[in-house]
Amino acid sequence: MSEIKNYTVNFGPQHPAAHGVLRLILEMDGEVVVHADPHVGLLHRGTEKLAESKPFNHSIGYMDRLDYVSMMCNEHGYVKSIEKLLNIEAPVRAQYIRTMFDEITRILNHLMWIGTHGLDLGAMTLFLYAFREREYLMDCYEAVSGARMHATYYRPGGVYRDLPDYMPKHAESKWTKGKKLKEVNSWREGSLLDFIEHFTDYFPERIAEYNTLLTDNRIWKQRTVNIGIVSPERALQLGFTGPMLRGSGVAWDLRKKQTYAAYDKMDFDVPVGVNGDSYDRYLVRMEEMVQSNKIIKQCVKWLKENPGPVMLDDYKVAPPSRDTMKNDMESMIHHFKLFTEGYTVPKGEAYAAVEAPKGEFGVYLVADDSNKPFRMKVRAPGFAHLSAMNEMVKGSMLADVVSVIGTMDIVFGEIDR
Amino acid sequence: MNNTKVSLEKKLKAQFGDLVTNVVNQHGEITCEIAPENWQQVCQQLRDDAQFSFEQLIDLCGIDYLTYGEAEWNTDGVSSSGFSRGIGNKGPGRFSWEERETELMDKRFAVVVHLLSIEHNMRIRLKCFAPDTGVLSVPSLIKIWSVADWFEREAFDLFGIIFVGHPDLRRILTDYGFIGHPFRKDFPLIGNVEVRYDEEKGRVVYEPVSIEPRVTIPKTIRKDARYAEIQEQIEEEG
Repeated sequence: MSEIKNYTVNFGPQHPAAHGVLRLILEMDGEVVVHADPHVGLLHRGTEKLAESKPFNHSIGYMDRLDYVSMMCNEHGYVKSIEKLLNIEAPVRAQYIRTMFDEITRILNHLMWIGTHGLDLGAMTLFLYAFREREYLMDCYEAVSGARMHATYYRPGGVYRDLPDYMPKHAESKWTKGKKLKEVNSWREGSLLDFIEHFTDYFPERIAEYNTLLTDNRIWKQRTVNIGIVSPERALQLGFTGPMLRGSGVAWDLRKKQTYAAYDKMDFDVPVGVNGDSYDRYLVRMEEMVQSNKIIKQCVKWLKENPGPVMLDDYKVAPPSRDTMKNDMESMIHHFKLFTEGYTVPKGEAYAAVEAPKGEFGVYLVADDSNKPFRMKVRAPGFAHLSAMNEMVKGSMLADVVSVIGTMDIVFGEIDR
Repeated sequence: MNNTKVSLEKKLKAQFGDLVTNVVNQHGEITCEIAPENWQQVCQQLRDDAQFSFEQLIDLCGIDYLTYGEAEWNTDGVSSSGFSRGIGNKGPGRFSWEERETELMDKRFAVVVHLLSIEHNMRIRLKCFAPDTGVLSVPSLIKIWSVADWFEREAFDLFGIIFVGHPDLRRILTDYGFIGHPFRKDFPLIGNVEVRYDEEKGRVVYEPVSIEPRVTIPKTIRKDARYAEIQEQIEEEG
């Protein structure tokens, strides 16, 4: 009999389960993976180098485009790092708004994840359900910043503007009119906060729906239980953070342990897995959505009761209002300086991290008294997770590779930067 | 939380003595420098010693300190002639490949590592300057934290720092067959080559860049009086 050799398979970068532009070189022994070598960088845009060439505030928009399904959390990390260097802190209301939008973002991200993960493993329906709910949250983004995804809403010293008092309504069309139009606009009668409150009342039932579809589903369990097992020790060694680490049973959450924004005033639980397999990570993320919903509810309640400033009253960092700018010479100068040159940041270095939906998202900034960052490094959770690819899929079947990619919740915007 | 930070500084001094230099506490974060020859040893102890137990390497990156603290627009000597137009100096990102720095500079490249201890809930930042002798080399941390693998590949790719002991030091983010290390300060922001699809040849071709380097907002340094206090504080502590 002739000798049988291993063969290599090229998986991606144009594969629907590659979640963007992952190229995997798989060395196969029959159906079993012997070695996996992920090739990344196909989406490398040099975000960090670009940031060195522009004033601090110009890069906030780039943060949205890193992990493009958890936009505001990335902004939060960057803005926090600048605030640390400048030694300033945002007003309380801004902290609550940030907390609320971080959690909205977490739900957005997890919905995207459950949709695509499900789709990869053959659960088509869920994808449509998840995107239906995402639409509401995108509307929140749009109401507050004008953009559905790339918001650029957080600024050093607070947030760009206060929450709007009204929600845009659907217009009458050939298909939606009369009773139906009233129905689709029923959430939109009040302010943005009312809209979000409606959503938080509506969402738990939807999660229950997803659970009915997946949690005890035989096929789902066959594809995820005991797949991609990572022990807690290895998870720490491999630099796992967020749900990947908690799935392995390590109770570590920056929102609790190194608290920021208004998380210390929030009542929520941190779900932890037991076996460290894909199924546990699935359960962890599902529970995180429930907890996020809870946090949003608390934020809405507080924000309704406590009006106040959302931006620091310091014209060296935050621009004056249009009105003052046009009536006050001093403000006019501040405005001009801020928008032509930006603010200068004192010499030093700072690392600020937030618990992004995928794990620890950190920004390391080195400043040299100038108006541009000297060096910016983005610590992307997905980068560390994907580097564990080989270890997680070695010895498993080709079909499980897809399950492992899904469970890592990778997005190439942040990995390739 | 601050108490543990202060004692961390003391612990570092007690445990490592002169192996750890320039210990700075800024913004509640501890930074210290370690020489390349002690790099692995100190890191190993930081992970294994129960009083530190930094189980996780959160981040590893390179830094190029060329042009640190240099502005593109000089605002210090403002006289009756007014400000310059801010396009005179060859600031970072504005020179071309031919004009790149070739002289060796002491303390130009550093490897920066962020560690996290889950047990003690604390962080530390370590810095290791790679001696610039033409070939930059720093010992690899891959045996201590597995995650260092890709982070070191990235630092190699972007800065050209060689990690001695890394089993698979390949480029990771840049294109196959890329030349140069793009995050060095003397690498032009616009790059050296551009790609396009050539109809005649029927394939993608590489050509020298055709765009002019341009900076719309010059880098400006202002010693802002508001930060004088913080600055003094840092200098005192440092």
